[in-house]
Amino acid sequence: MAPDDREETMTQPAIELKGISKAFGPVQANRDISIRVMPGTIHGIIGENGAGKSTLMSILYGFYKADAGEIFINGKKTEIPDSQAAIAAGIGMVFQHFKLVQNFTVLENVILGAEEGQLLKTSLSKARGVLKQLAEDYALRVDPDALIENLSVGHQQRVEILKALYRQADILILDEPTGVLTPAEADHLFRILEGLRDQGKTIILITHKLREIMEITDTVSVMRRGEMTATVKTSETSPEELAELMVGRKVLLHVDKKPAQPGKPVLEIENLRHVDSWGVERLKGISLSVRAGEILGIAGVSGNGQSELLHVLGGMTTATGTIRVNGQEIDLTGQHSDGQSRRARGIAHVPEDRHHEGLILPYTAWENLVFGYHRDPAIQKGWLMDNAGIKAEAAKKMERFDVRPPNPNLAARNFSGGNQQKIVLAREIERDPDILLVGQPTRGVDIGAIEFIHKEIIRLRDKGKAILLVSVELDEILSLSDRIAVMFDGRIMGERLPAETDQTELGLLMAGVTEKPDKPLIEAVDEQLKAKAQREARNNV
Amino acid sequence: MDRMPAWADAVLVPLFSIVLAAIISALVILAIGESPVEAFKLMVDGALMKSSGWGYTLYYATNFIFTGLCVAVAFHARMFNIGGEGQAMIGGLGVALACLFIPWPHWTVALVGAMAAGALFGAGWALIPAYLQAKRGSHIVITTIMFNFIAAAVLNYVLVNLLRPPRAMDPATATFPPATHLPTFQQMFSTAETPLFRGSPANVTFFLAVAACIGVWFLIWRTRLGYEIRAFGHSETAARYAGISSVRITVIAMLLSGALAGCMALNTTMGEAERLVMNATEGAGFIGIAVALMGRSHPVGVFLAALLFGFLYQGGAELALWTNIPRELITVIQALVILFTGALDNMVRMPLERLFLSFRKGGQA
Repeated sequence: MAPDDREETMTQPAIELKGISKAFGPVQANRDISIRVMPGTIHGIIGENGAGKSTLMSILYGFYKADAGEIFINGKKTEIPDSQAAIAAGIGMVFQHFKLVQNFTVLENVILGAEEGQLLKTSLSKARGVLKQLAEDYALRVDPDALIENLSVGHQQRVEILKALYRQADILILDEPTGVLTPAEADHLFRILEGLRDQGKTIILITHKLREIMEITDTVSVMRRGEMTATVKTSETSPEELAELMVGRKVLLHVDKKPAQPGKPVLEIENLRHVDSWGVERLKGISLSVRAGEILGIAGVSGNGQSELLHVLGGMTTATGTIRVNGQEIDLTGQHSDGQSRRARGIAHVPEDRHHEGLILPYTAWENLVFGYHRDPAIQKGWLMDNAGIKAEAAKKMERFDVRPPNPNLAARNFSGGNQQKIVLAREIERDPDILLVGQPTRGVDIGAIEFIHKEIIRLRDKGKAILLVSVELDEILSLSDRIAVMFDGRIMGERLPAETDQTELGLLMAGVTEKPDKPLIEAVDEQLKAKAQREARNNV
Repeated sequence: MDRMPAWADAVLVPLFSIVLAAIISALVILAIGESPVEAFKLMVDGALMKSSGWGYTLYYATNFIFTGLCVAVAFHARMFNIGGEGQAMIGGLGVALACLFIPWPHWTVALVGAMAAGALFGAGWALIPAYLQAKRGSHIVITTIMFNFIAAAVLNYVLVNLLRPPRAMDPATATFPPATHLPTFQQMFSTAETPLFRGSPANVTFFLAVAACIGVWFLIWRTRLGYEIRAFGHSETAARYAGISSVRITVIAMLLSGALAGCMALNTTMGEAERLVMNATEGAGFIGIAVALMGRSHPVGVFLAALLFGFLYQGGAELALWTNIPRELITVIQALVILFTGALDNMVRMPLERLFLSFRKGGQA
């Protein structure tokens, strides 16, 4: 326990969990978790995917019932069988995926489920007053009469916070709140949260980003494999220590790499356009080029066309425009626009979504290690597949990529996220492609494996291959890329060299702000994002 | 590991389901005032204790193996082919045409030719729904169901108006020429001293069904096509990522499925009736769904499940013959087996899984 235990006995913890355990079938999601969150603090909970953070918060919010353990709110033992009880106890939750009615106004969403009386008018006018007050108190400004679908993601999140505050929440839980925000919006959110804390609210912030923890929390609890491994004061810890607590061993947080020695352009993209099945233009004239021996990083908030770009390049969907590989134009719509043809041209693809694209989860590791290359005549024996040969080859690849357990007969679904990603990488990299497309290489991957994956990508670059990296993690883009292109709303907003740019500049580009604004950053960002939301809302009609 | 071992999933779960279905069936029989023990004994005696009983059981099983494989192959590509019945009917038409209009020198040649015709007709009948699914997105369940009705109507028309011999009263073709007669088990296994399988319809097609099981196993688990079919069945987006054409897999899987259903007609039409009659399929296409479900779409499972349903069919016929238990009750028992093995699968699996894992936990402690 923290050394300042004695001080804390003076005030009651806002939330105290004692011995919480929860199992889903055979999986122990939470094991004997005890935690005290003091009032008027921002308490971070950090841990890797699957560490049990979300389960713990769902128990606190009444979505799950704990198998064992007790919950105390402001020192009083409280049963929370459902979310109504959680709200009554003063707990508000902002989910990763917002729960808003798209074609309702802000005001209507705020009162939804908290209407008073038979007529809406009373609740609406009351809410209008409360919202005005909240806007003044916490700088939580949102137009109460705007339709949700016309708001940017950042504003929608503010509506979620307002909903909780309207229900008189004293304790606010935010689950990975910055995942969908541009850096400027994330900054603004943190200012709001600080304002709330200073007014005496208690905030629990769930995240997997060390930087956010260091920036904004007062206390941080680390979870690993369903257990609470430590609770420390943020001012007394370091990212390195937290990473070690999360993983259980020392990890290298920065990437070592030599300067790139780029050669001739290998992948050239000109005026690439793609219209999705809903008729919405997702790529609006992309032009890029990637040279041999360099990593081009595509930065951007998810949903701005990066996935579509990868899909087009990987042969999963059609497009118009021109793509040249080693100077030769490739087919974008016809017979030779599928994944097989792309592979034949030396394009390997580590897709963003390994569960639905990169792997067949019920397939064994060895079956997955030839997926996409299964037509290679070298692995056929007459009519049949040379299973024994493929297995032997798979075992070698798994050893080289340190896949654990190194058992080629195990189904892909039984590997951890990091090891699944290593299987995909091993398959694509070991084919010695000219071009590697990599989408979100470390999403849902444990920190230990991140280190390894980054090294492999850089090793491939040093072999003189062209690499196109798409990631929503700006840190990853900044540390891996030799050149950075920023995507917003289906367009490239600009290209920068990592040494000559920073989070702030990239963050503005990610929001579509290309010139230094003459007003506060957040307003310029808000303006662009709102315009984009409204364009999309029009498209959806 | 958070799962029970594969063998338990494949063996124990269906076994428990059958036992549960049997218990409830026993209660039903008890409720109508008959003795379940007697009934069960009668079924076993009639279906398994004499060779002629086996002859019927295996005859039915042959049908169910073909239709079960038909559903199983489509399942691997995540398509629910409800049209086995119709595909088998049209397959029967192909078999009949081949037998009636081609002068075969010997039954072996005739069998190969009729098989090709049956498979071709069955596959052809599956092609249209497959094409509609692949190109137009019309749901295969809906189209194959509708195609069952169309198949029945087509067959009706062809039998009544085209193939019925002059002056014949029933809607059926003429009897096939003797050269197309397939050896029955009775002819194959009886000796002068010990007659076996007397009067029962089981014939050489059974071995063809076994061969089909082996063939499907090879296709699904050892060939590149099988690899692509399964990949497509597990995840369509992943298949697209790998460059596997959804149109190609949908069409090929359905053609194979329809061909297997079409082959069923060899048993009923060529092997047993030796002419094409109106209702030759007798619902075997639908039983195939239950067989594939229960057999986990694996050829070995399909084989065993087909045997079980063959036993239920034959045993049920015996019950109707010797007791006051109405024939409809057999349908109830079959329905219960389908209900427990198919629809209520998780009801058995989940407690069993929990049991297994608590054992394992206990073992570790």
